Amino acid sequence: MSLIPPPAPDAASHQPILYLDGVTVSFDGFRALNELSFYIEPGELRAIIGPNGAGKTTMMDVITGKTRPDKGQVFFEGGIDLTQRDEAAIAALGIGRKFQKPTVFEQHSVLDNLGLALAGARSPWAALFGRASAADAARIDEVLTTIGLAAQRGQLAGALSHGQKQWLEIGMLLCQDPRLLLVDEPVAGMTDAETAQTAALLRTIAATRSVVVVEHDMAFVRDLGVRVTVLHEGSVLAEGSLDQVSADQRVIEVYLGR
Amino acid sequence: MLLVRHLDRMAWLFLAVLAGAVLLLAGLNLLTDPASFWHVPTYAVSLVGKYLCYALLALAVDLIWGYCGILSLGHGAFFALGGYAMGMYLMRQIGPRGVYGNPILPDFMVFLNWPELPWYWHGFDWFPFALAMVLLVPGLLAFLFGWFAFRARVTGVYLSIITQAMTYALLLAFFRNDMGFGGNNGLTDFKDILGFDIQADSTRVALLLASALALAMGFIICRAIVGSKLGKVAIAIRDAESRTRFLGYRVEHYKLFLFTLSAMLAGVAGALYVPQVGIINPGEFAPANSIEIVIWVALGGRGTLYGPILGALLVNYAKTYFTGALPDAWLFVLGGLFVAATLFLPKGIVGLLRALTSRRVGVAPRAPEPAGEALRADRRGAAA
Repeated sequence: MSLIPPPAPDAASHQPILYLDGVTVSFDGFRALNELSFYIEPGELRAIIGPNGAGKTTMMDVITGKTRPDKGQVFFEGGIDLTQRDEAAIAALGIGRKFQKPTVFEQHSVLDNLGLALAGARSPWAALFGRASAADAARIDEVLTTIGLAAQRGQLAGALSHGQKQWLEIGMLLCQDPRLLLVDEPVAGMTDAETAQTAALLRTIAATRSVVVVEHDMAFVRDLGVRVTVLHEGSVLAEGSLDQVSADQRVIEVYLGR
Repeated sequence: MLLVRHLDRMAWLFLAVLAGAVLLLAGLNLLTDPASFWHVPTYAVSLVGKYLCYALLALAVDLIWGYCGILSLGHGAFFALGGYAMGMYLMRQIGPRGVYGNPILPDFMVFLNWPELPWYWHGFDWFPFALAMVLLVPGLLAFLFGWFAFRARVTGVYLSIITQAMTYALLLAFFRNDMGFGGNNGLTDFKDILGFDIQADSTRVALLLASALALAMGFIICRAIVGSKLGKVAIAIRDAESRTRFLGYRVEHYKLFLFTLSAMLAGVAGALYVPQVGIINPGEFAPANSIEIVIWVALGGRGTLYGPILGALLVNYAKTYFTGALPDAWLFVLGGLFVAATLFLPKGIVGLLRALTSRRVGVAPRAPEPAGEALRADRRGAAA
């Protein structure tokens, strides 16, 4: 049975929202990703863990169009090949990305940050002549409540605390309304209370869309209580619940045991 | 009107001061007795006209550097190209009054024994065509340059270096006699513009007024842009380019739009500059000129629109004064100004003024929200 290829995404029964197939990326001979293959189901919340240099950030770069793989394919919602598109086109398809370091527009108010992220036309022409609608304002209000920054709406984003910036960035992604959200280390540098709030926030978000979270913090991953993929040297080492992968001898060797 | 809706009280005040100042100058030049104490000599009128052209050039640089983070060290090239387009029109206006009396060929072509007008000189005897070229030539060069540079994601200091290389390459090209733009001497000895004697007081005053009008229009256009969502996207690109990209904005399209528009504004400034100084030569392409523009913008306060205008006027007035009174000192003064602005006025003169007038700490220099709105938001936040 070994001749049968890996389960190709089958359009009829289940169609993964994201499907990576044999993705390889090398930098100066170093293989950051090595024949990486996995898929994410629609509506799934998935945690991806792995030691430093396992290829987590490179994987996000490939999915969002920042890095072009040397080999392999990345499919979004069945037939859309992401490796042929740039960041803006991929964002327009409905893939949002949160950076490891909170990245917001510090010289803009919280309100403007969300307004810029709001789904809609992205051309200079539209930006020059477009006007914000009442529906836009309502949507922004809704997101402000979700991320708990309603009181800071007029403040400059640069004046927010570290945790608030993380939430603002998540709020911007909500405004963007992606179908797949990639989140890189959302709780790095957060207090315990903020971490718990963030876990709750991500679970709320995952109710209506697929979310991939890259995280180092094991307590946080346990809090999320979701399926875990372990990356090592650019490929998948193990996959399953956190308890399952923690019991895996190879995982203990490369990651948890250190 | 769409453009005017972005003007606040400060902007109207600026436009009123600009209009008042040039009208006053015009009146004092044309309506007073030359012997009177109140008389403004014509050379001063043209000097102010020249400063206003520089102010428009500084405004063009502020639009891309202050708001989109594109530090162009080659904007003098677009200014000079606009100037050359106007210079070519003025050369054709000379007609048979040149030294050699050739009705078609400018003097330098006769001197070089050229049999006929090169193809790219055709059409420049018609003012509307020349005017179109003033916009199109710098605009097209900026578009092509930006198309390649921004698509290849050349940013920061690398972009600045290639803009310097661009203006330097044009400097060398325009020095060559074969280029057909008068080589080293450039284009000069102009007689008429639109049939009016270019030396006449009334023409000089009209050119001053046209420069002020161009500056006002440029200011209104820039205000409309930075007040729109496009301006917010530009600032977003300046502060966090990859975040903007991942939100789905095609950063290169925004940069290309602003860069091209900025080059066209610079071209207009150059076109108005040439008839007032009476010459355009390859020296205008010198890399040092482009760097000087950046100093005006930095000193006045980038990202403010008012600042660069103020900076251009102040520095150029100082230049006129020092090159007259203490010619050797000028370069030291200019260098000192730049060092002082960098060290003590990171946000320029306008930034300092804003910091002095506004005691609100950590709040952006922008129209604050109505207090009621903020209070309601607070209560909503507390309730949540």
